[in-house]
Amino acid sequence: MSEEKKVIVELDENPEYIINMGPQHPSTHGVLRFEVSLQGETVKYLIPHCGYIHRGIEKMCESLTYPQIIHLTDRLDYLSAHMNNEAVSLCVEKALDIEVPERVKYIRSILSELNRIASHQLWWCAFGMDLGGLTCFFYGLRDREKILDIFEESCGSRLLHSFVVPGGLMHDVHPNFKQSIRDFIKYFRKLLPEYDTLLTGNVIFQNRTRDLGIMSKETAINYGITGPSGRASGFACDVRKVEPYSAYPYIDFKEILYTEGDTFHRYKARMDEMWESMVILEKLLDKMPDGNDYTAKMKPVIKLPEGEYFQRVETARGELGVYIVSDGNKTPYRLKLRTPNFSNLFVMNKLTAGYKIADLVAISGSLDLVIPDIDR
Amino acid sequence: MKSIFDYIAGIFKGVWSLLKGMTITGKYFIRLDKIVTQKYPENRKKLKMYDRFKGELIMPHDANNFHKCNGCGICEMNCPNGSIEVISDKIITSEGKSKRIIGTHIYHLSMCTFCGLCVKSCPSNALAFSQEFEHAVFDRNKLTKVLNNPGSSLVKDLAE
Repeated sequence: MSEEKKVIVELDENPEYIINMGPQHPSTHGVLRFEVSLQGETVKYLIPHCGYIHRGIEKMCESLTYPQIIHLTDRLDYLSAHMNNEAVSLCVEKALDIEVPERVKYIRSILSELNRIASHQLWWCAFGMDLGGLTCFFYGLRDREKILDIFEESCGSRLLHSFVVPGGLMHDVHPNFKQSIRDFIKYFRKLLPEYDTLLTGNVIFQNRTRDLGIMSKETAINYGITGPSGRASGFACDVRKVEPYSAYPYIDFKEILYTEGDTFHRYKARMDEMWESMVILEKLLDKMPDGNDYTAKMKPVIKLPEGEYFQRVETARGELGVYIVSDGNKTPYRLKLRTPNFSNLFVMNKLTAGYKIADLVAISGSLDLVIPDIDR
Repeated sequence: MKSIFDYIAGIFKGVWSLLKGMTITGKYFIRLDKIVTQKYPENRKKLKMYDRFKGELIMPHDANNFHKCNGCGICEMNCPNGSIEVISDKIITSEGKSKRIIGTHIYHLSMCTFCGLCVKSCPSNALAFSQEFEHAVFDRNKLTKVLNNPGSSLVKDLAE
């Protein structure tokens, strides 16, 4: 009797309540589990548990040849499949010291920017839906469909298009490629202001995101937050600017930077990136050389010389690094991936502490996490 | 006094922002020409995929049941998931030489990730992707397919 009484007293004195958010929670966008400690409605601390969708991609890569690795990198961050393919391809080309044709560089960058817009559109859908605006989900997907059609016409698949291969591209782009992108830009320029009217200006949305989950520049650098989430805190980390690859050195573009670092400005950074991506696309399309060369001359079996190689690219969510250790065989000895979402996830504890549990959904949504990229 | 005005102005601004959003949804509610959804099972006949769409792997046969596959097995080597199995036979030609021909070309659709390496690496362009996208079947075994038609053989001009 006395023991039972003691337990009740302990519960009263320590009103900390630990719940699981996920792995099957609609706002964690996949199989991610947060162990959330609550005091009333306020979050005390949060521990992310990952590994529910771990497939061992890094280990699988050790038994595959370099062209075969490409199709696995699609499945890391499936919303920026092109950039993932490009990262491995650039790393292999760097190791072999191969210069790909100019036209290939332009096509790669164009496809990357298209993919970035498509990814941000889907993020906008999901972010709106997390905060209670289901309409966003339909409007975002409607416009994303136009980009997926371009991909389907040129690459053959909509989401996981293993189109960039070491040495160039899988095959040449469709003859309609340039025109369909110009049509899309014209179409989307008209519709992107609608996104702002629908969600950005909305009073409920503003109240739920402004001055919430503020990330300072120091935090962003300490935790390695890259991509739009880091740039919203003033951390100039755009790999396209810092270490230009493919066709980015040939064109001039703006890096979206904000200093506020709250949830609303992380949202704003992504919205502005969509505008900027369209500008980049137009510049790239104007400069893209004609012709039909889509690949450099490659040996049928690719063997990297012994050594260590690293290449980083900017995906829609941040910096993706590919580190290949080769022992001279046709398969890598070790392939390490530095994925952006893995770093972006672990700042959650710092951002959410002290906020309400409903704000947790807004903050995790604004970081734009893709779970297969975390667990890989 | 100022704070009260701000409070009331905030209410009106908030309602105005909601109304502005509602105009967008209202516009698409009225404009029937802006409907983008498709009635899928009904429009099956009209629905056409792009030519390059990677639906499922096929081996194109011509009208006389000839294909181009000589059973070299390069597609099998390039496949990352082991979804292709090439079982080749040895035959003795009329000149007395031993020659390799294709026995069965087995394709496991259930294991395929549609990377397209088989089609790209095929030296004789014997493989292609069809635009078929309705892969659902009731029995898992139906997803294992034999690509070369029964009784088919290698195209004459390639065989000689």
